[in-house]
Parts: sequence; C-alpha cells; structure tokens
Amino acid sequence: MTELINRILTGMSTTMPLTRLLITILIMVVSTAIVLAVSLLYEGFATYAERKVAGDIQARIGPNRVGPYGLLQFVADGVKLLLKEDIIPFYADRWLFIIAPYIVFTVSFAAFVPLSYSDHVSIANLNVGVLYMIAISSVVSMAILMGAWGSNNKWSLFGGMRAVAQIVSYEIPIVLSLLAAIIIPASLNLRDIIAYQSGGLGIFRWLVFNNPFTLIAFFVYFIAAIAEVNRTPFDIPEAESEIVAGYHTEYTGMRFAFFFMAEYGDMFVVSAIAATLFLGGWQIPFIGGIPMPVWLREVLQIGVFFTKVFLLIYVMMWIRWTLPRLRVDQLMELCWKYLTPIALFNLIGASVWVLLLHDKGVYDIIARVFTR
Amino acid sequence: MTKADEKFMQVNMGPQHPSTHGVLRLLVTTDGEVLSGVKPYIGYLHRALEKIAERVTYPQFTPFTDRLDYLASMNCNLAYAMTVEKLLNIEVPRRAQILRVIMAELNRISSHLIAFGSFSSDMGAFTPFLFGIREREFINDLFEIACGARLTYNYIRIGGVSKDIPGGFIEKTREFLDYFPAKIKEYNELLSYNAIFIKRLANIAVISPDDAFDYGITGPNLRASGIKWDLRREEPYLIYNELDFDVPVGKGEMGKTGDAWDRYMMRIYEMEQSAKIVRQCLDLLAPGDYTAKVSKVLKPPAGEVYVRAENPRGELGFYLISDGSTKPYRLKIRAPSFANLSIIPKLARGVMIADLIAIIGSMDIILPEIDR
Repeated sequence: MTELINRILTGMSTTMPLTRLLITILIMVVSTAIVLAVSLLYEGFATYAERKVAGDIQARIGPNRVGPYGLLQFVADGVKLLLKEDIIPFYADRWLFIIAPYIVFTVSFAAFVPLSYSDHVSIANLNVGVLYMIAISSVVSMAILMGAWGSNNKWSLFGGMRAVAQIVSYEIPIVLSLLAAIIIPASLNLRDIIAYQSGGLGIFRWLVFNNPFTLIAFFVYFIAAIAEVNRTPFDIPEAESEIVAGYHTEYTGMRFAFFFMAEYGDMFVVSAIAATLFLGGWQIPFIGGIPMPVWLREVLQIGVFFTKVFLLIYVMMWIRWTLPRLRVDQLMELCWKYLTPIALFNLIGASVWVLLLHDKGVYDIIARVFTR
Repeated sequence: MTKADEKFMQVNMGPQHPSTHGVLRLLVTTDGEVLSGVKPYIGYLHRALEKIAERVTYPQFTPFTDRLDYLASMNCNLAYAMTVEKLLNIEVPRRAQILRVIMAELNRISSHLIAFGSFSSDMGAFTPFLFGIREREFINDLFEIACGARLTYNYIRIGGVSKDIPGGFIEKTREFLDYFPAKIKEYNELLSYNAIFIKRLANIAVISPDDAFDYGITGPNLRASGIKWDLRREEPYLIYNELDFDVPVGKGEMGKTGDAWDRYMMRIYEMEQSAKIVRQCLDLLAPGDYTAKVSKVLKPPAGEVYVRAENPRGELGFYLISDGSTKPYRLKIRAPSFANLSIIPKLARGVMIADLIAIIGSMDIILPEIDR
C-alpha cells in the first residue's frame, strides 16, 4: 500500500505537506473500509456456509428461508443481534467487559492486512508478515481472558482460563511448524514466500511438497491451527455441554456477535496462512504459464487463493461436525507430548535438509534428473 | 466456609445448564478443573404424582405415568397397567400382550436413541444426536399410527391396549426393522469406536458390581458393570419367556468393566436386541382381542402389590396399596433414575468437569422420573 500511496502522490502536482498527509490518510481509511467490508461479508457467508455444511452432514437442509437458498440468513441474524438487548451484568467489570469483544474483533480483522491476495493486491506488504500474523493472533487470548474475567461469571472464567492455556500452548507447535516452511524461501514476507512457490505447474513447487518435513509441518500446523481457533475437537474454551458457553456466556447481542465473527475471521486467517506458506498461495495451477492480460491474471490469482482458503475452512467445518471433543488435559497432552516434539524434530529435519540441499525441493531434484 | 474450603470454588451447575438433562441442579465444588465434590439437588420438576394418584381413579392415573419417563411412556404405562392388573387379577389377551411387547421394545429403542444422541452431544459431537433423532422420528410415526400420539401415548391401558393397531402398522414396522441395523452400524462408525470418544470414556467413572448393588443401580447401567440382570429374563412378564434375545453385559472392551464407555455401549447393544424382539413379536401376532373385558369402574379388593418392569433406564416399580375403593390408597413409584443418580456424587470425586458431564450422560438419568 505504501507503494500505491507513493505512486499516487508522485503523480500529483501538489507538494503541500498537509495535502499529502490528507491524501495518505484518505487512502488508508478507504483501504481499511474495503478490508472491513470484505471481511464482514466473508464472515457473514462463512456462518451461512457453516450452517449449510452442518445441515448437509447432519442429513437436514439448513437455512433456506431468507433470500434465495437462505443466502441472506446472515443479514437477518445480524439485524436480530443488533436489536437484542445489550446486557452488561451488574457485577461485571464494565471496562473490561465492554472492550474485550472489540479487541477480539479488531485483532481478527487486523490479521487480514498483510495477506497477499494476488500478485498486486495486498493491503500492506510487510517484510515481517509471518511474524506479524503470529503476534497478532496471540492477542486474542488476552482479549478473551479480559472478557472472561470481566464477566465475573464462573463459567466464563473457566472458559477464559481454558482458552488462554490452549492458545498459548498451541502457539508453539504452530510457530515451529511454520519455521520448517519459512527456512526454505528464507523470508518472512508473505508475498515473497508465495512468489518463491512459482513454477512446477503451479503445484509441485508448493512448500508442502518441498520435502517430507514440510509435509509433516503442514499437518502439524493445521491440527494446531484448529486448536488455535477453538474449534471442535478442540473447542473446550466454549464447550457448550460443559461450561455453558465459555468465555462469552454473559455476552448478548452485538457483543456476542463480535466474538462469533472473530471466530470465523480467525478461521480465515489460519487457513490463509496455511494456503500461503504451504499451498502456494495465489499461484495459478497448470495454466499459470500461459500469457494472459494482467487483470485476468489478478482475478484468477484471487480466485485461486480464496478457493484454497475455503477448501481448508471446509475441512475445518467437516471436522467440527464429525468429531467429539477432547478433554482439557488430553488437549494439553496432545500439544505438549505429541505436536510440539514432532514439530521440533521436524524443524531440525527441515534445517538439515536445507543445510544439505539448500532450497532444492523434491520436485527440483526429480526435475533435474529428468532434464539431465 | 472454613479456611480449608477457601481454595475451592463452588459452582452451580443447573438447573439451567445445557447438559444436566433437564432441571437437575448440581452444586459442584472445584479446584480449577478438578472436582472435589458434587451435591445433586432435585425437585425442580416435582408435580406430586404420587399424591395425585390418591385423588384419581385407577384408570385416570395412566396418563400421569406418561409423564414419569416421557422418553419411554409406553414402558411406564405398561408397568402401571401390570400393577393394577395384578391387583385385579385380570388376564390380558395374548394379542394385547404381544402388542405391549412390540410397543415397549420400540419405545426402548427410541429412548436409547435419545440417550445415545444426547450423550454424543454432551461429548461435543452434535451430528450423532441428529442421526438419533432421525431414526426416532420413524418410531414416533409408528406410534402415531398406532395411537395418535407421538410422545405421551397413554396406549397401554389396564386390561390391554387402548385400540388395535390399524392396517399398515406391521408393514411399516418391518420397514423400520430392515432399515435400522445399518444405522446402528453408522453410529458405531461415527461415534462408538471413535478414538477421541473412547479416550474420553474408557476407565472413566467405573462402577464396581458391589457399588452397583449398594446403590440400587438397575438397567443398562447395572449390566454394564458385568451383572447379568434383566427383569425380562429374571422375572419374565408378558410373553418375554417365549422370545429369543440376549442380555448384553459390559465386558470392559475399552477399559475396565463398568466404565462410561461400557454404559454407553450397553444401549447400542440393547437397541439391536430390542429390534430382534420386535421382529419375533410381529411373527407371533395373531388375531384376537386387544383388551380384556374391564369394567368401567375399577374397584380392586383391599391389598397391596409391588410390580416392577424393565424400563430403558432400569427397574420401574409401582408399590400400590388398595383400600377397596375406586382410588389407590397409596402409590409409591420406584424410579430407576433416582437410584442411578444417587451414585453420581461418589463417581464424581476427583474427576474433571468434562468427566462429570460424561458421568451424567452415561447414567442416562431423566428428571421427571426423579422428581415425580
């Protein structure tokens, strides 16, 4: 986006510092509004998709009343939630209680920013993109604890404690498995990582196929990511049958909706990271090498990126409606006894691979054998 | 509260809680996630059914028995009808007896389907619940054909059944029996042998045979502890002694005998056996009277009887004292869930909150029967 601002500003004749500042702010506000609108729209349709997928798995129809095929269900839900009474419990810590949903939502929305949606479309091309994503998604745990503590409800507190323990624990396998992928392109910039995965018909140079260790890392990451976003079988922070609704027990109306939407936002973010780091991001498979106009390429790239993300989200939904829930100690056991050691040894393996073969993946080696 | 108690937190679970199966209130003392004690409080659904029995005539009390265990109304009707028949020395025609067995066993299946489904949703898997409901719907349709009602049937009356089955019932029932075994296989694939599900339940809340006797536990919960005790076999009533069926007992397939998984699995096995019984009964069904000749005004001789029957949740007993008038002098109901609930505080010591849910769900208690 900095490039965009610079380009617009250099194209303008004015050199007044105030005008330049105003234009910069204007562009920032507009782009933020676009991200917000897109992410809200996505979250709305994601709730619809979740209910349709659940309906399909559970041998029923799902929402089909509002709009064609029930597509506008999320609008009706949103309106309903807006009209609900906004209850703040008398004994709640008002300040924490009010601010927590906003932080959760802001954080999930902020994670959309460094994502690279296509070759040229991204809000901010951060050179520490991966680090930023990991850091910003950790803030959620703090906000959840704020809401849980602020509610002054024992069930909320249970949920909050569980959420923090879970999110903090699962950060470790996530980071370790991401590192196994990052060391190959040797960059934290999401766009560079995707650019690295070009070639090989747009599929075979994906980092997930780079070497056996990245393949393992992908699965470790995906399991840990499901836990990170608190979805079944790791949904213990909001385990309905155990602790009522967990950390958002006391929240009603739109405040609850913020938590709810943030969950879908987080799902998008973790799936987008998986798509970016392991599945080649916006690299168009098979026909990427054919010359085509820039606008078509961009559109195709965006389509490919979203397809990959939505497929991963679909898998998450599929898992959610199939599996029962783990117990809290079993969840920790899975993290510390299995995922973390696997991710750690996997990282060592990946490092050795890079040390010996540099960034050459399995595909490169095979390709070289054949071209020789 | 003493000094030593201060490190514990007291939490009210229920009467409004998603998985207390109605209006059970548990006062839970916890140290974080680990429980140090559970105290059940009951009576939120008390309707003074035993006192009502003293105010209404014998046949008038039959609809009230529907409201004892509303998921197995037929079985409750049956036990009450048999009690009054024993007092009056009424011989029930054979066709009525066979119809009673068909209804009782179909209701056992539908009750176990709810037990299976609600237990799965307690464990965090929502899909099996809807699958259970889907098959139960079929049975509800059958009952609707037979008696017009879908939940509180009031079908098994003193002397026989309220009316003969209409045409098409037998064909529909056979259709259900052909369709049902595949569904049980589906449940087992989806839930029973799921690794997470087994991990959650194996070796949890083991009831030893001695404890089971001491607490008066009956039904599938008793058989899960490895004791082969089924009133349909031990004290055959109706035509059960002519029928060929097995009494499944817990073998500790996944852990110790009498653990939560065994108790869950008993219900799956019993559904298979009940389907087998219904099939045999359909073959035995011959034309005949559907009810004995019972006078409009029942005036049993003074005396007292105790009759018990194998309900889906255990032994339902009616202790009836008659003073020779048209109304019972005293009716004591021995509700199986009441006895089954009594062991929960013992089982729930030192387990985690999630296990408490597993314990309640695996005992399959129902509150209207406990509170009466």
